[in-house]
Amino acid sequence: MQWNSVGEFFAMGGYAFYVWGSFGACLLLMVAEPFLARRRLNEVRKSLIRERLADELELQQKSQ
Amino acid sequence: MSQSIIQWFRFGSPQAFYPLAGRMIPWFWAAAAVFGFAGLWISFFVAPTDAQQGEGYRIIFVHVPASWMSMFIYLVMAFWAGLGLALNTRVSGMMAQSLAPTGALMAALSLWTGALWGKPMWGAWWVWDARLTSELILFFLYLGFMALQAAIDDPRRADKAGAILALVGVVNIPIIYFSVKWWNTLHQGSTINMNKAPSMAQTMLWGMLLMALCFWMYSIAVALTRVRAIILERERHTDWVKHAVE
Repeated sequence: MQWNSVGEFFAMGGYAFYVWGSFGACLLLMVAEPFLARRRLNEVRKSLIRERLADELELQQKSQ
Repeated sequence: MSQSIIQWFRFGSPQAFYPLAGRMIPWFWAAAAVFGFAGLWISFFVAPTDAQQGEGYRIIFVHVPASWMSMFIYLVMAFWAGLGLALNTRVSGMMAQSLAPTGALMAALSLWTGALWGKPMWGAWWVWDARLTSELILFFLYLGFMALQAAIDDPRRADKAGAILALVGVVNIPIIYFSVKWWNTLHQGSTINMNKAPSMAQTMLWGMLLMALCFWMYSIAVALTRVRAIILERERHTDWVKHAVE
């Protein structure tokens, strides 16, 4: 390992802005994208469940 | 036709593919986490300082994987789009649609990390050279594909139109890949070459390959998640979807 201290690690030999700017952007987008994909799946699931409940309710009212 | 090939066609139906994708996703996330942890460890703690570029070269560990994936995802997307066009299998078009945003994200990351690497090393965020310009075109191809599909209401027609665009755009991939050979560019030549030994330290190479595997597994996991959403959205009128969610 070439780092003597935590500060040296974060300084990245003077390239901190460029290195952390790159890794940070990757982290940000690669956390946001799965979150958004997951939310899209959950939303369509939720609306399908609502739809089914509405159908069942309608059926119950008809049979009464 | 043999039984095993017919088995594969079964997964061309959304009904069969939806639960399969759901079972596969956790495994791809696990693989992405393992490769990502190992790759980052090597990137920051094992790989030595570069003789010319100091610590700044460490951008390579995300820049190269993102660039590779941006090109590879495009090929996979075009493959699914073409398959859907030829065989009219329903899941194919959905897969192509699901891959586009992830491909666009990889192309954006490739351009972003490239700019952050170019500034300290070349003195410019951006130059209009062959490699950079063709990668920018790839990013616009993804956006164009997404915009075209979003503009057409009927999903099957959107698939067909998107497939044509995706297939025509494939010509850009070899242009990106060989751009550093065909033209004089500021961009360095490929680090990994099929014909000769890699021109970099073994540990650097391992870090890059592990990060590429992480990005690959990530892409599969997120594309499968999105394709499940697309399947439910498009098939919501069918009976099986009503029973698939609880």
